[in-house]
Amino acid sequence: MYDIVGKRKWYFLFSSLLIVPGIIAMIISTATIGTPVRLGIDFTGGTIMELAFTQPVQPADVRAVFVIAGYTDTSVQTTDEGRTVIIRTAALDPDDKEAIKAELASQYGAVKEIYSDTLGAQVGQEVTASAIIAVTVASLAIIGYIVLAFRKVPHPVRYGVCAVLAMIHDVLVVLGLFAILGLLLGWEVDALFLTAVLTVIGFSVQDTIVVFDRIRENIPKHRGEPFEDIVNHSLLQTVHRSLVTQINALFVMVALLLFGGATIQQFILAMFVGMVTGTYSSICVAVPLLVVWEKGEVPAFFRRLFRRPAAA
Amino acid sequence: MRQKDYALLAIIILVTLTALWINWGDNPGIHFEIGDFRVHRDINVLLGLDLGGGTEVVLEAMEIGGAITDTTTVPGGLACPPFLAGMFGQFVPTGGQDSLGVAQNIIEQRVDALGVTEARVHRVGDKRILVELPGIQDPAVAIRVIRETGFMEFVDAGAVYLQPGTVVVTSLGAPEDITGTQTVTTTPGATALAPTPTVAIPTATTTPTVAVTAVVSPTAPPVTLATPTPAAGTVPTATEPVTKPVKVYQTVMTGRDLKTAYVTIDQDPASDSYQKAIIAFELNREGATKFAAFTSANVGKYLAIIIDKRVISCPVINSPITEGRGIIQGKFTLDEARGLAAQLQYGALPIPFRIVSERVVDPTLGQDSIQKSVMAGLIGVFTVLLFMAIYYRVPGLVADVALVVFALVTFALFKLIPVALTLPGIAGFLLSIGMAVDANILIFERMKEELRTGRSLGAAIQAGFDRAWTSIRDSNISTLITCAILFWFGSNFGAGEVSGFAVTLFLGVVVSMFTAITVTHTLIRVLFVVARDFLQDHPGLLGL
Repeated sequence: MYDIVGKRKWYFLFSSLLIVPGIIAMIISTATIGTPVRLGIDFTGGTIMELAFTQPVQPADVRAVFVIAGYTDTSVQTTDEGRTVIIRTAALDPDDKEAIKAELASQYGAVKEIYSDTLGAQVGQEVTASAIIAVTVASLAIIGYIVLAFRKVPHPVRYGVCAVLAMIHDVLVVLGLFAILGLLLGWEVDALFLTAVLTVIGFSVQDTIVVFDRIRENIPKHRGEPFEDIVNHSLLQTVHRSLVTQINALFVMVALLLFGGATIQQFILAMFVGMVTGTYSSICVAVPLLVVWEKGEVPAFFRRLFRRPAAA
Repeated sequence: MRQKDYALLAIIILVTLTALWINWGDNPGIHFEIGDFRVHRDINVLLGLDLGGGTEVVLEAMEIGGAITDTTTVPGGLACPPFLAGMFGQFVPTGGQDSLGVAQNIIEQRVDALGVTEARVHRVGDKRILVELPGIQDPAVAIRVIRETGFMEFVDAGAVYLQPGTVVVTSLGAPEDITGTQTVTTTPGATALAPTPTVAIPTATTTPTVAVTAVVSPTAPPVTLATPTPAAGTVPTATEPVTKPVKVYQTVMTGRDLKTAYVTIDQDPASDSYQKAIIAFELNREGATKFAAFTSANVGKYLAIIIDKRVISCPVINSPITEGRGIIQGKFTLDEARGLAAQLQYGALPIPFRIVSERVVDPTLGQDSIQKSVMAGLIGVFTVLLFMAIYYRVPGLVADVALVVFALVTFALFKLIPVALTLPGIAGFLLSIGMAVDANILIFERMKEELRTGRSLGAAIQAGFDRAWTSIRDSNISTLITCAILFWFGSNFGAGEVSGFAVTLFLGVVVSMFTAITVTHTLIRVLFVVARDFLQDHPGLLGL
């Protein structure tokens, strides 16, 4: 029987390699821009809007109009040879927006508002607070549910905690990726990213539960056998299904990523990465952690760590 | 046993056909009447903001010296200006509805009057209102109309003409009481509906050309109040430096005295606004009396018509107006006039609102996204169908059929409820298709295992479904939990995309559980009954 769980040290190492760069990026990000990931206006408040002109315009000139109107913290980018302008600024009062558009129209001709998104700064803070609450509540609810569903198994809390640890692992990978992309490509994180994260949480746990479910089923059947063996058995039985499910979901994700509209690309990428690590973490993180806990390896690990200096 | 399977099969086919009918583009909708019970529903796809374009605005009630969500019908006991308490008399309160509820009703009526199809007004949290205006091209006017308090006053301007756009303090309160914030400088020449002018962008001054025509009776020639021509020197500048003592104007009448207000087109060739939009109003008896008394005593003086402390028009009173009818002329577009009439007709908001978030999307932006995403989705789903058929062979084909049924039924639900489709919502739907396969896979893997342990085909099928159900149920519940949390999060902020995704994913997961258990199960059992021997002789077809 192939010993999946036996190689767990390699999995932990690999996971560290996945997570550590992300954490470093988040630290750098916090140091340079103040937040672990680059936040979009959904969390900071402000306005982002795209205007289309009939003739090319200079970003500096457009910016000047905003500054005169009192919005000094404005950044303007042009695309489409200067005919389309993307503007980021503090939350625009709707009347100011109309006045600014009128002013731009009088200077450059017809202006069309392709889209605009304005969020008051206060609302941005509320969104951030709610986001944190949402993730926390989701985690607690899931732990609670697992403990409930697995209550007939010895040590049900371990299952819940290991599932959540796997979930945290996935969230860290996705966050880390976006921290890196935020630093390198300026990608911002918005409410939709939060949606992706919460969905990833749901899926990651879903995957983990299927494996745990099988372990739960096998424990009474293989009483007396070492825990590690039962777990291995269960894993081998379920890995097939996990992979096939994953592949199917990924077909859809990849198609959307490649052919879908550009507006949800970041969202799909976050979900794609999250789901891949979700499957990985169910097999290679949640279950090994369970075994580690069951076998009491963590205290043993620390004991060895502290015994060496004493022996030397 | 056999009969139950066939019955279920029949139901499934029926449901599928219904779903097909609902999903059909030129759906006539559901219209029928049974006695007093009527149903008239058009069944169309409801497009969210990012796909259909339009505007979403979240308004937040500004506190005026006390609680907003008090449950008494009149905000008595609050340190609020008397005119607010007075305004409540206009409305018939529906049993303990709080001020926000009253405001929501008024906003709904104003939105209706604007004529935006499929507009929606919801309460969000405890002091915010979300207004969705799908497909609207120019949201600026609409937003102003909806959000402005709309408190109307007729004010004695005395011998001084007030330019439209001037902000004044009346005997019933100052501008701060309406907007909740200190007003900055006033800008002369602003258009009639411009709210608190805070932009320092120099604009060309416009000459006011307004008049009020009082229609005394239908037969008599209309008595026109003179158009005030602002000769040089007689027009006072409207900027009032904050340091000077502010003049308080006497309010003669308020919007409470209006009986009706509506938009009409000026048919008087002699008038300045011939064939333009004007607002005709009619006063109630008390208002007519007050108006008659005032106009009789003040012939030759100016009467300022004020909304939210800003002058809309300022005609001269040529003769007493005793019939209680009048017309407001101004440089209105049809939309502006409609909006103003709506504000007057449905009354002033009991609380002032400010905008905390606004999203505007041009309708053309969504078209491209829809096409791309639908195509991408179809490619992805087709790949899934192909994979399942190749990998699991016959059961895979069964799963494919179940998947198609699932997609039809879910999409039909979207159209029926209706659920506003956003781009993330479509992604959520597609994702749930990918996941719908999961339940089937769980069942098939289980079936394979049972077959490997030597069970007969029939027993293996049954055992497969029974054992897999607990897995399916438990694993999907975690996704449902996160969907519920996402929905809460999205609705708290009127973030349509987030809650749209949550709803589509939730529905997708629920329906997928249903289709896996009923459709796949039934189809396989029917297949087994029909082709038992054939399958047992060709186990390869089962994907072993």
